[in-house]
Amino acid sequence: MLADKDRIFTNLYGRHDWSLDAAKQRGAWNGTGDFLKLGPDWIVDQIKASGLRGRGGAGFPTGLKWSFMPKEVGARPHYLVVNADESEPGTCKDRDMMRHDPHLLIEGCLIASYAMRAHAAYIYLRGEYVFERDRLQAAIDEAYKAGLIGKNACGSGWDFDVFVHHGAGAYICGEETALLESLEGKKGQPRLKPPFPANAGLYGCPTTVNNVESIAVTPTILRRGAEWFSSFGRPGNVGTKVYCISGHVNNPCNVEEAMSIPLKELIETHAGGVRGGWENLKAIIPGGSSVPCLPRDICDSVLMDFDALKEHKSGLGTAGVIVMDQSTDMVRAITRLSYFYKHESCGQCTPCREGTGWMWRVLTRMCEGKAEMSEIDLLLDVSQQIEGHTICALGDAAAWPVQGLIRHFRHEIEDKIHSYRVGKAVHQVAAE
Amino acid sequence: MSSRHLAKEQPDSFAFSRQGEKKVKYWIAKYPKGKQRSAVIPMLWIAQKDHDGWIPEAAMRVIGDRLDMAYIRVMEVATFYTMFNLEPVGKHLIQVCGTTPCMLRGSGDLIKVCQSRIGSAGSVSADGNFSWMEVECLGACVNAPMVQISNSDGDLYYEDLGETSMNALLDELASGKAAMPGPRVTRDHSAPQGDVLTLVDKALYDGSRGKPLKSIPNAPAKPKAKTSKKPAAAKKAAPKRAAAKKAVAKPASDKPRLMKKARKGGPDDLKRISGVGPKIEGILHELGVFHYDQIAGWTKGQVDWADERLKFKGRIVREKWVAQAKKLAKEGGK
Repeated sequence: MLADKDRIFTNLYGRHDWSLDAAKQRGAWNGTGDFLKLGPDWIVDQIKASGLRGRGGAGFPTGLKWSFMPKEVGARPHYLVVNADESEPGTCKDRDMMRHDPHLLIEGCLIASYAMRAHAAYIYLRGEYVFERDRLQAAIDEAYKAGLIGKNACGSGWDFDVFVHHGAGAYICGEETALLESLEGKKGQPRLKPPFPANAGLYGCPTTVNNVESIAVTPTILRRGAEWFSSFGRPGNVGTKVYCISGHVNNPCNVEEAMSIPLKELIETHAGGVRGGWENLKAIIPGGSSVPCLPRDICDSVLMDFDALKEHKSGLGTAGVIVMDQSTDMVRAITRLSYFYKHESCGQCTPCREGTGWMWRVLTRMCEGKAEMSEIDLLLDVSQQIEGHTICALGDAAAWPVQGLIRHFRHEIEDKIHSYRVGKAVHQVAAE
Repeated sequence: MSSRHLAKEQPDSFAFSRQGEKKVKYWIAKYPKGKQRSAVIPMLWIAQKDHDGWIPEAAMRVIGDRLDMAYIRVMEVATFYTMFNLEPVGKHLIQVCGTTPCMLRGSGDLIKVCQSRIGSAGSVSADGNFSWMEVECLGACVNAPMVQISNSDGDLYYEDLGETSMNALLDELASGKAAMPGPRVTRDHSAPQGDVLTLVDKALYDGSRGKPLKSIPNAPAKPKAKTSKKPAAAKKAAPKRAAAKKAVAKPASDKPRLMKKARKGGPDDLKRISGVGPKIEGILHELGVFHYDQIAGWTKGQVDWADERLKFKGRIVREKWVAQAKKLAKEGGK
């Protein structure tokens, strides 16, 4: 188990005061001004050296992303946009950071913005997080009052403003270019890339979009050193990570742990184990609803990191671990996710707009067994035609859970079709 | 995609309340000039709050006029985002999360309670107090199943519910009591129930982490700059120690030659020294530094003296101000 002294989010559960004085006691805002004095390049180098990979799902190296921003500020200002649109089913980590440790995020915003030569940051919260939005704003107001942000932030000579913005219930706005569209006051429909946001992002200006967790861990990385951070986990998958464990476990919870922790250990140590014991486990979705599920034999030994899960054709995603025990109807569980993607497709690309609805309708029939055996392969085929044929990754995200279902639980669909047929045949004979 | 339409019966006009108007101004001010359109989502949200929880078409027109947007663009936004209710809702709008993580832990039971007590999804109860709908993941999966309730108290999350506690919650609301948000079982927010395993180390909370850092990991080595910086950092936290250290640090820096004002012909353009901007130039002027030759003659101790006052640790050495100033002084200034 990760030692308490190595946890970044020391108020994850809100057992302590969130406000500035208490946050400072826990180490927030300690040395921030001194970090800035060492220059933007030093900060970017430290983040690169720490091996931090983006915590929003895609796992892109954060330091590298920052280095894509132009080195000089031209006619267009630079922006940092923080993606707090946490909407991936199974994920609720950013919420805790914003309501219980908001100062780590604000401090991270200053450091990241300075490293990218941005004078302003926008934090885009999902619309439903009304309480979190108010809390974050209260923390920002405190930071302004204390001179930590605003004119001459932390005595660095750098002027820096943070603004809170919010959405209104659209999963797609977690996609970075859809988020920018939404922030500009439009429908959240993703943009074609290139140009990438680092070149033309918010209001056409150079912009970097980062997840809350990626930004909130940076101050602690600078305080404790890149080597400290990279000492956890396996090479290429380092650091600590906040996991969300939901579903059929005894004690669902959020917890910060080292990267590359075995999935079984994570669940048994922190979530009180699977309901009815590990033998009662049927499947786990390891990284939020978008990644394919894994059956028990893989869960026995798989490590929670980007590379290990990729080897098993799944992914770490947001580290939202959804546990399903033997009582779960896998077809129904995945059908509900299919409905989610149908509901959340922005409607821009035909394969996704039409495909998500089609998959949901077929799966709904399959839940009752009202389908042909050949339709299982047809469903797989259609899912592969959605995957990779859309502007953003929502098409992929809708296809992968279905592919995971067919890969590992094809027999459950077949059983349903079979038993429906059996029942039907008897019924017909009796009627004649 | 979800297909969404405007209500058939619409009011003729809409105006923001005084409170709402204040909020509108606050939000519009957040965005750069000419980008006020960014405020459309917050404004629709304020309009919804001002209009019993739903947005009439008239409000979209008001917002369009206010932000200089075509009405259809506002309507596009209002119909795209599912938190905007386009039809009347109950005084308490119950939003039951039905996505898989909540479904696995029994959101179906909550839906049944809503159906039996309120009616079908979307319909408003006879007394106008309740309506409910199933929504997609609300981002509180480790507290599943849960609902968000929008009413005059706000938009609060009620978590870790079951059939009994959901019924109790509706009873509380119906009786006009303030219902406590958060988990309905014994636990701290997203912490696991039962034994506390993590975040128990007292050293995390005794203030030891708030003490000034002894050193910054991986900072480029600059021994002189460090000794001159420390007293300033320590001063705020522990005045006694700062005084002691100041005495040690003092001999390392000494005062360079300063001038009350620039020589005839005005000051040199110090901004030509790379690393000096308008702000730093101003500070230098205040200190009494106006000319390249002043800087060109600085000794190490004098550099430290200036460094302390500029609060820009190590910058003078790093950017080689002295050498730059020497060169500029040779060229004859200006």
